[in-house]
Amino acid sequence: MISIDVIQETAEKLMAQAAIEIPDDYLTGLKQAADAEDGDLSSFVLQAMLENYEAAKEDRRAMCGDTGCPRWYVKLGNDARIEGGPVALEEALRRATANATQNVPLRPNRVHPLWRTDHDNNVGIGAPEIEYGFEPGGDWIDLTTVHKGGLFGTDYRMLFPSDGIEGIKRFYLDSLVAFGKRGLACQPAIIGIGLGGSKDTCMVLGKRAACLRTVGDRNPDPKIAALEEEFKELGNSIGMGAMGFVGNSMVIDCHIEVGYCHTGGMQMSVHAFCLSSRRAVARVHGDGRVEHRTDPEWFTPFQRRETVGWQMPENSKKSA
Amino acid sequence: MADAGKFKKVRLSTEPTPEALADLKLGDVVYLDGTVYTAREGAYMRALQDGAPLPMTLPLESGANFHCSPAASIAEDGTIAIGAVTATASFRFSKWIGEWLALSGAKLILGKGGMTSADYKRHFVPHGAIYLTTVGYGTGALLGRGITRVKDVHWRKELGLAQAMWVLEVSNFGPFIVESDMNGDSLFERENKKIAAGLAKVYEGTRPAVLKRFGETDDRSDEMI
Repeated sequence: MISIDVIQETAEKLMAQAAIEIPDDYLTGLKQAADAEDGDLSSFVLQAMLENYEAAKEDRRAMCGDTGCPRWYVKLGNDARIEGGPVALEEALRRATANATQNVPLRPNRVHPLWRTDHDNNVGIGAPEIEYGFEPGGDWIDLTTVHKGGLFGTDYRMLFPSDGIEGIKRFYLDSLVAFGKRGLACQPAIIGIGLGGSKDTCMVLGKRAACLRTVGDRNPDPKIAALEEEFKELGNSIGMGAMGFVGNSMVIDCHIEVGYCHTGGMQMSVHAFCLSSRRAVARVHGDGRVEHRTDPEWFTPFQRRETVGWQMPENSKKSA
Repeated sequence: MADAGKFKKVRLSTEPTPEALADLKLGDVVYLDGTVYTAREGAYMRALQDGAPLPMTLPLESGANFHCSPAASIAEDGTIAIGAVTATASFRFSKWIGEWLALSGAKLILGKGGMTSADYKRHFVPHGAIYLTTVGYGTGALLGRGITRVKDVHWRKELGLAQAMWVLEVSNFGPFIVESDMNGDSLFERENKKIAAGLAKVYEGTRPAVLKRFGETDDRSDEMI
């Protein structure tokens, strides 16, 4: 049985960590981009960003004043049992969100879309989002929080098989060029692309590709992995850098996720995470142990399975 | 990495003289001393559309309007914790900015992404105001360090924490980059022009989507196929 108190305590820590500390994989990617940047203004901006991460860590204050829309990705091992069940789990995550908003502090961004009611705690109707995944085996729960901005850098388009890779490229570039100007997308960033599914799942795939995969990770399909590399380079060849100034650092990495779609269609979504890639992950075990890590490890072979039943392939068994 | 240290750095008062503003060039880096206040759509609508009297004396108390909601909280005993501050995108406020500059007498608008040079020429230049953009947009911790004191929080009950008018005493508050000057020119537009020159080459080998959408044509009688 996984203790609900440990879940809430861990969730509160994760909320602070996501807001304050840049993940290691992303920092490494950003430093490489800064080294390669040859635009004057873009370089100045990247330098200020790197100084900002130091300041945030030293002062224990949020990296960015817009702490985004905190959300939760929850993954359960098949043998996990949570004290109080899923209702208690959701209450713990909602309470952790509210407490962290007060204590870190985070910006209370969440309001009613029409009446602009603000509870000053980032909790409300449908907020924070809590999404679930499952894995075979394991008496644990993975908690990942993502503080993604809520306004710019995301788009969806219904493409068709006849649009081909050339059409995918066009929409990718359109999204980067549109939201990159004046830096509305808060680039450089990890860009996530969702392909297929239906409109809603396509958006979900792209967002998860941006938020739940680390810099340097590649899709297991070698052709998709090659596209990821190509798109990273393509994004960085636009001539645009940080804040939309002349430069070459737009994309720290590009991740593509696919889902089976209607035979006539080829849905596409593009998501820019922010220049701080605010995410934090921990696993809470049934015996009370808590392990923090950088990689959400969301897209496992199980999540990407194509078959009716499931048997872990021999070559991708993990100790987890 | 290119030379990130080559830009002119300036300490500027939040109630700058016209001469100090005239000295600023696009791309100069600015750090502010004095008092800034946050005001965005909530405050603009309340003051300009609802006609509520301003809760502070402007521009006497401050000539610097920050498009921002801080990451901050107020405890039950009134203690204020302020962490990071970052700007929000200003283009959404251009419909109010002319009236606001007239009402508030602001000389500095601080925010994210700037407005258009048309806005600057039409609204900013006649009021002797310029636009300073925050840097990188995620440098909230650096800006947070520049806040020495929260002097007041106005319209908190009416507008909520995020939209309230936060009055912040600041020292060496920055960095900001000069986005518009006294001619109403825009740094972002200058950069966009340079980038635009190379776009056709980047798009080579791509093609437009089979199914069009409105926005690609504004003629609503057009078919999308």
